Amino acid sequence: MRCGVVIFPGSNCDHDVYHVLKHVLEQDVLFLWHQDETIKSCELVVLPGGWSYGDYLRGGALAALSPVMAAVKRHAAAGGLVLGVCNGFQVLLEAQLLPGAMRRNARLRFECRDVHLKVERNDLPFTRHYRVGQVIRMPIAHGEGNYEDAAEALDRLEANRQVVFRYVAPDGAPDPEWNFNGSARGIAGVTNAAGNVLGLMPHPERCAEEVLGNTDGLALFRGAVEAAVKPLLAARGGAR
Amino acid sequence: MRARVTVYPRREILDPQGKAIRDALVRIGFPEVHEVRAGKCFEIELGTEDAEQAGEALAKMCKKLLANTVVEDYEIELLQEEPA
Repeated sequence: MRCGVVIFPGSNCDHDVYHVLKHVLEQDVLFLWHQDETIKSCELVVLPGGWSYGDYLRGGALAALSPVMAAVKRHAAAGGLVLGVCNGFQVLLEAQLLPGAMRRNARLRFECRDVHLKVERNDLPFTRHYRVGQVIRMPIAHGEGNYEDAAEALDRLEANRQVVFRYVAPDGAPDPEWNFNGSARGIAGVTNAAGNVLGLMPHPERCAEEVLGNTDGLALFRGAVEAAVKPLLAARGGAR
Repeated sequence: MRARVTVYPRREILDPQGKAIRDALVRIGFPEVHEVRAGKCFEIELGTEDAEQAGEALAKMCKKLLANTVVEDYEIELLQEEPA
């Protein structure tokens, strides 16, 4: 299993993700540079948080057009696993690997705090170690995480079960008070129709070790790492 | 040829920045302000004098990069060159 962590100019969670994959889960990990034309046979590609290209124009807009993203798109189309966290999620939206868009947080504040997430489905590689309906805790740190799309697009997203994580109160109830960025329908994380690309605003890499006081994020990486090989093989087999 | 492209949040979508600016304008004595939409403006120099060609290229630029059409609209304006 080989994992790649993409570095854009301005990424700042790249080493955190690397650390979790390399030292906590003991995987083969390498950094991919935004100008790389390939993903160097990585089976799981992670787009980390940060401020790619200084958030110029829109968060993720310029990173989405970088050379490495063309390779990431090919990887995703072949069924390979792609995870985008925070700014990485914004990049996936701008690259149209996931539907929707981000706006400024509704209260115009940079929100840096723990949130509670309800797991909507556990039939994805990323969520196989969670239970459906389980409430997990993860930190967020962003100014533009206010997920939005047209009403009919949101309906389609729900009908296709593409909402993976939702901001909820600690008891799991939907509550606008606990939806700090004002995201439509409390959406914190979405997947594509095939379920091999996941984007979320909260930071699982910041809660993946006992020493950090919270390990709720580790299961997400563990699930992805365990499953990464299979879909790729299936996609290649189908092409023959 | 020069062009001006303005990009702003779509009408049906709440614009938190615009709302904050509107509230500030009301606070400093402009109660007549009902709505503000905060956007971006780009001045673009093009190496063509063909207005039709320029318009087509600019529309593509907007869709591919300058605007995120999920949440933003855009307007394209071709600017008259000052006579030399």
